[in-house]
Amino acid sequence: MLQGNNLECVRGDRVLFSGINFSIKPGELMQVRGPNGSGKTSLLRMLCGLAVPNSGKVSWNGANIRSISEEYCGVITYLGHMSGIKDELTAIENLRIASALSGVEVDEKRACEALHQMGLIERENLFTKLLSQGQKRRVSLARLLLVRTQLWILDEPLTALDVSAIELMKNILERYLAQGGMVVLTTHQEIDVSAAVTHQLYLS
Amino acid sequence: MSINWYKYASPASFYFLAGKMIPFFSVAAVIFLVVGLYIGFFVAPTDFQQGEAYRIIFIHVPAAWMSMFLYLVMAFWAGIGLAFNTRLSSMVATAIAPTGAMFTFLALWTGAWWGKPMWGTWWVWDARLTSELILLFLYIGFMSLQAAIDDPRRADKAGAIIALVGVVNIPIIYFSVQWWNTLHQGASVSLTQSPKMATTMLAGMLIMSLAAWMYSIVMVLMRTRVIILERERHTAWVAELKGATR
Amino acid sequence: MLIWVIRRDLLLAMRRQADVLTTLFFFVIVVSLFPLGIGPEMNILRIMAPGVVWVAALLASMLSLGRMFSNDYLDGTLEQILLSPTSLSVLVLGKMFAHWLITGVPLVLMAPVLGIQYDLPSSALIVLALSLLIGTPILSLIGGIGAALTLGLRGGGVLVSLLVLPLYIPVLIFGAGAVEASTAGLGVDAHFSLLGAFLLVSLVLAPWATAASLRVSME
Repeated sequence: MLQGNNLECVRGDRVLFSGINFSIKPGELMQVRGPNGSGKTSLLRMLCGLAVPNSGKVSWNGANIRSISEEYCGVITYLGHMSGIKDELTAIENLRIASALSGVEVDEKRACEALHQMGLIERENLFTKLLSQGQKRRVSLARLLLVRTQLWILDEPLTALDVSAIELMKNILERYLAQGGMVVLTTHQEIDVSAAVTHQLYLS
Repeated sequence: MSINWYKYASPASFYFLAGKMIPFFSVAAVIFLVVGLYIGFFVAPTDFQQGEAYRIIFIHVPAAWMSMFLYLVMAFWAGIGLAFNTRLSSMVATAIAPTGAMFTFLALWTGAWWGKPMWGTWWVWDARLTSELILLFLYIGFMSLQAAIDDPRRADKAGAIIALVGVVNIPIIYFSVQWWNTLHQGASVSLTQSPKMATTMLAGMLIMSLAAWMYSIVMVLMRTRVIILERERHTAWVAELKGATR
Repeated sequence: MLIWVIRRDLLLAMRRQADVLTTLFFFVIVVSLFPLGIGPEMNILRIMAPGVVWVAALLASMLSLGRMFSNDYLDGTLEQILLSPTSLSVLVLGKMFAHWLITGVPLVLMAPVLGIQYDLPSSALIVLALSLLIGTPILSLIGGIGAALTLGLRGGGVLVSLLVLPLYIPVLIFGAGAVEASTAGLGVDAHFSLLGAFLLVSLVLAPWATAASLRVSME
């Protein structure tokens, strides 16, 4: 279970948000909404431990994530709005390296299957600089199919995706939630993911 | 989590405490300086080898001591700030750096002034002078890094890491320079090989060191106060302070 | 995991060979400039050679530090590295090792050729290459701290030189000192032992300090 207690974020002189409380249980989804600059990315970075809240704490199964950081890294998958895709590597190399960094080594065949599932067929061995933005996004999303973690923290995962890919993503999220996964998500697109419980968090 | 001493280490209470301490240390600094300079220039005997020029050691030696000591103090407080996340100690570390750099520069400058009449050259690659020069580079690195970072939290922590890395390196650098120096100029002149010192000379130097101490404390307190005001400018107590002076 | 990091960085370097060659050519050009500034007097050049080659190696290694983390920082890979369940110090050590393979090893191989330009005797050429072989990993290790601290800062490239060059001084003294001792006919064991000791100390401390610096810079 992921919990946020009284989270506060200060940037320079400005308080972006304060007093944020929530708790997410297996099978639940939290959508973070708010205008540009309201601190959505900052909140997500706090949830995965990259940033330290100015006050309050994030806890995983009751333990502060600061004190269990390596263990916690093993149960989450974070996709930032920067894709982490290297132009000079092929789609398959990118995916295999990204998965290895998350602690799961996959062979070429499984990586290839995941790319196919994401709708990237016959593009596996192209350098990613030859792919479109949407296709690059699909490469980074393919990691979600390979890495079995309990919590996904996704920052604008739908950017640059076309309608069919958004539909695909919706199915992936729903399947994951049905299996007891937890998802924290920011998005500007409307996406109607059905989950056991959907929390809405507005930052203003 | 309210430890008692933590309350006194809060920037607000330190601001007022420092304000009360500054006049006391300033007076002490002036007294020590006057007495020290008087002994140095009028009481201490003329050195039979070096003549009057040696009197610069009354500034040079305390400055050199202070420059090295302040780096350690700076790294200590920066390290405390990093380990325990106490903002005040990081601010003190930031406040120490310019004074430390100033003393390092003063030690180099007076070293050059001493060198000219003694050895006929402004600069010798003596082990002490070279180490002092490298120490100046370390201070400059610390200050430039902090100046380049806008976010004060990151500046504090990054500065602490580089200061601690510097502390680990200082003995290694000092030892290397010593080795390099003996290797390259076996019978070199050294600032340390001064003849046996008269008691009055030693007394003058110690009193000048005390003056340097007091001066450093005053400067660090004053600079810390400025940093506190800058970082806490949006808090209620600073606003109150502003209202009171208006 | 460590292997993956090293493999990835080497693969990237293979695909961006220009970057690797730039560092090497910089090294060659700087070393070749000194005779033009000083004059072709071989007796003087022979004395200066160890210092010149070592200073050029310091600068070349330093100039390539920006590449150690900043590309990964810009495209978001560094976030993934920080969130990896493997210890960050270990991953950082992998990146440092890759950096050394890409920038340090070419310098080691090129240095004897440049030593010939300065008319160094062949025994000194071997000592020069060996001293660089032990010394350049230290440069990558210490440099990593500076690279991590200046991540994403304006003027980071110049700033890193202020932070890192003073820390390189012991390596310079004993690296160049070893070559000088060898040309003077003295033993070089002490120099090499000390360089080795520096290498061990930085192997233990630098990845850890760099990992801490990365966390600070990414916050």
